[in-house]
Amino acid sequence: MYGDAIFFWVFSATLIVSALAVILARNPVHSVLFLILSFVAASGLFLLMGAEFLGMILIVVYVGAVAVLFLFVVMMLDVDFAELKQGFLQYLPIGALIALFVAFELGYVAVGWTRSTAAAAAASPAGAIANTTALGRVLYTQYFYFFQAAGMILLTAMIGAIVLTLRHRVGVKRQDISIQVARNPATAVEVRKVPSRVGI
Amino acid sequence: MIIGLSHYLTLAAILFTIGVAGIILNRKNIIIILMSVELILLSVNINLVAFSTSFGDLTGQVFALFILTVAAAEAAIGLAILVAYYRNRGSIAVEDINALKG
Repeated sequence: MYGDAIFFWVFSATLIVSALAVILARNPVHSVLFLILSFVAASGLFLLMGAEFLGMILIVVYVGAVAVLFLFVVMMLDVDFAELKQGFLQYLPIGALIALFVAFELGYVAVGWTRSTAAAAAASPAGAIANTTALGRVLYTQYFYFFQAAGMILLTAMIGAIVLTLRHRVGVKRQDISIQVARNPATAVEVRKVPSRVGI
Repeated sequence: MIIGLSHYLTLAAILFTIGVAGIILNRKNIIIILMSVELILLSVNINLVAFSTSFGDLTGQVFALFILTVAAAEAAIGLAILVAYYRNRGSIAVEDINALKG
């Protein structure tokens, strides 16, 4: 029981500190690396809560795909980030004010909140089946259409990202397979009648 | 000390606040803004999973999975738009992005 508490405090402290570092870091590459650290800490918290599948998915999808995508973009764009950092102090008072306001609102809701007894009664006891199995049983039956819709969203995003970033430069020699395959003697060979003593 | 639902909710609230503050503090850098949006979505996921395990109802985890999907799609599209914009204009400063202004 104490182990859970220790891990909770370690992971949550890591999460909060790295999240602060994401928004305060001077160098965007450091921001992305702290973002990865905060995802790893959140994944540990998911494991603590017993949501193993989501914890692993967080590592695979967020750290493996999204954060690396951010890293690629930050390193690929040649931007003067010091210039983008200007005005940080100017926005600091209003930013702190809005953050305090949001924190106050959330705390106000949390203080006046009680759990309904009906919800606690409806909670099913933790079964012997693993989290991943239970999630799969719900996801592939009750939420099947939503699951398919999520796949369509990912497909749309993939096609959109490719369409947005693919470009055909002029002057670059490309191999066009269909033209190569469709070549025949009529298009490849030109027969000319050369008169004698006269060049082509 | 027993770690309960309220601990996770407080953590998610702090993370949400940090994300909102990050959007306002880094108003010129759109990459940091996208990262702050990811932090906000992560805090929402923590909330959903905390309620899900606390109530013993898997619906919250299913919804967290869908949020994860949409967040990944959003990051891919957003960064692709960023790359295309940088290629056309040579700048990604937020205040330069005003081509739609009349």
